[in-house]
Amino acid sequence: MLDSVEAIKDFVIRGKRKEAVEEASKAIAAGADAAVIMKEGLIGAMSVVGQKFSSGEFFLPQMMIAARAMTEVIPVIKPYLVGEAAAKRGKAVIGTVQGDFHDIGKNIVKMMLEGAGYEVVDLGVDVTAEKFVDAVRRESPDFLLMSALITLTMESARRTIGAVDAAGLRGNVRIGVGGAPLTQKFADEIGADFYGADAYACVETCNRLVH
Amino acid sequence: MLIVAERINASRRAIRAALESLDDAAIQREAEAQDRAGAHYIDVNGGTFPGREAELLTWLVDIVQAVTDKPLCLDSPDPAALAAALPKIRSRPPMINSINLERERYERILPLAVEHRAKLVALCQGEAIPATSSVQKVELASTLVERLVGAGIAIDDIYVDPLVFPLGTDPHSARATIDAIAVIMERFPGVHTICGLTNVSHGLPARKLVNRTFLVAAMSRGMDAAILDPTDRELVAALHAARAVSGKDEYCMELISAFREGVLGG
Repeated sequence: MLDSVEAIKDFVIRGKRKEAVEEASKAIAAGADAAVIMKEGLIGAMSVVGQKFSSGEFFLPQMMIAARAMTEVIPVIKPYLVGEAAAKRGKAVIGTVQGDFHDIGKNIVKMMLEGAGYEVVDLGVDVTAEKFVDAVRRESPDFLLMSALITLTMESARRTIGAVDAAGLRGNVRIGVGGAPLTQKFADEIGADFYGADAYACVETCNRLVH
Repeated sequence: MLIVAERINASRRAIRAALESLDDAAIQREAEAQDRAGAHYIDVNGGTFPGREAELLTWLVDIVQAVTDKPLCLDSPDPAALAAALPKIRSRPPMINSINLERERYERILPLAVEHRAKLVALCQGEAIPATSSVQKVELASTLVERLVGAGIAIDDIYVDPLVFPLGTDPHSARATIDAIAVIMERFPGVHTICGLTNVSHGLPARKLVNRTFLVAAMSRGMDAAILDPTDRELVAALHAARAVSGKDEYCMELISAFREGVLGG
């Protein structure tokens, strides 16, 4: 069983989706615990991938194929997850701010969060403050995460935070911001709860805050 | 082949620091180095400080013009910043980087380009999510060229940028851009195509190698302008060779000159 979980983890890290799915199917058929596959195999793998990406050992395409492998294993084990193991660690609403169409960073954070066991509601790119506010109201997430990649659109992040505050929804949600031109200083200035220097840092911060 | 020199960009850490402290010497060193390296236009981008773009772009124009006679490429999506900086421009014609089909940006930047008779980088970007296929890119390019020419911009002043997205997230992204370049150059005689190179290699190893390979591939299909770092010797060497290989260098005279000047390396 452990060997099998190690193998799944290794296949996911290397982005071998076919092998990862096969190994997971075999493990489930042999009566393996889906919760262990999820926690040790998938979440464990994505944590390793996140660290390797963050440190520069892994390049972007390696991150992409690992996440793709993970995404394909999930349906195999999901029907066997019960009780606490089926529960999500937390919920995040994520999107790229209004006027901005960059989605690579946002997608990486989304995949990392899913890999870490979160439910993620992805609003896509060019998301208006109103859309963010509606989603917070509808989904009651633990986190609202915004990505901004160009200077002009950093102001959209400020506007969105203002709109969430004005709607009286701030008490229920922690707001995180990230993207190349952003800084901790800017995050503080616009009243965000945290700044994610990269995808891994963002997920780590969510993990810390969700408990 | 028109070279727009990219180094004075606020997204680079050194430039951001220079903007923060209004360090004119640091900016001017970059301008002079790029001028010497053969830039035709010097791009100036002052945008990472919200609310200060007009002030910083104007400052950049003033201090860069103090050390070079090369014309400038004003790099901003902000019509207010462009409107503030354009009247300061000395070497003509200026280039505006950039307009696209987002309604407000289009309507506010077009009159500035007409008034200042600027060359104009036109991004294949509409209100919707970015165009990733060559068909979508060509469609946006066609709309842009037809509308801009209809509004009185000379076709020779239009530099269509079909946009390049990272290969790291889509292995066919560069191919789509290059195919679009070929169609655009054929469909609109006299128009130019331009790309920034660095996005293609985002998240990959050996970025400079990937960037210059993309440059050569795009030039071979007709791209005749690029936003790049002219102080990157290997890149410029590849550019000279690619011009010759694409049949754009009569009897390879420019390749020979470049060799004599020592810019081709060994």
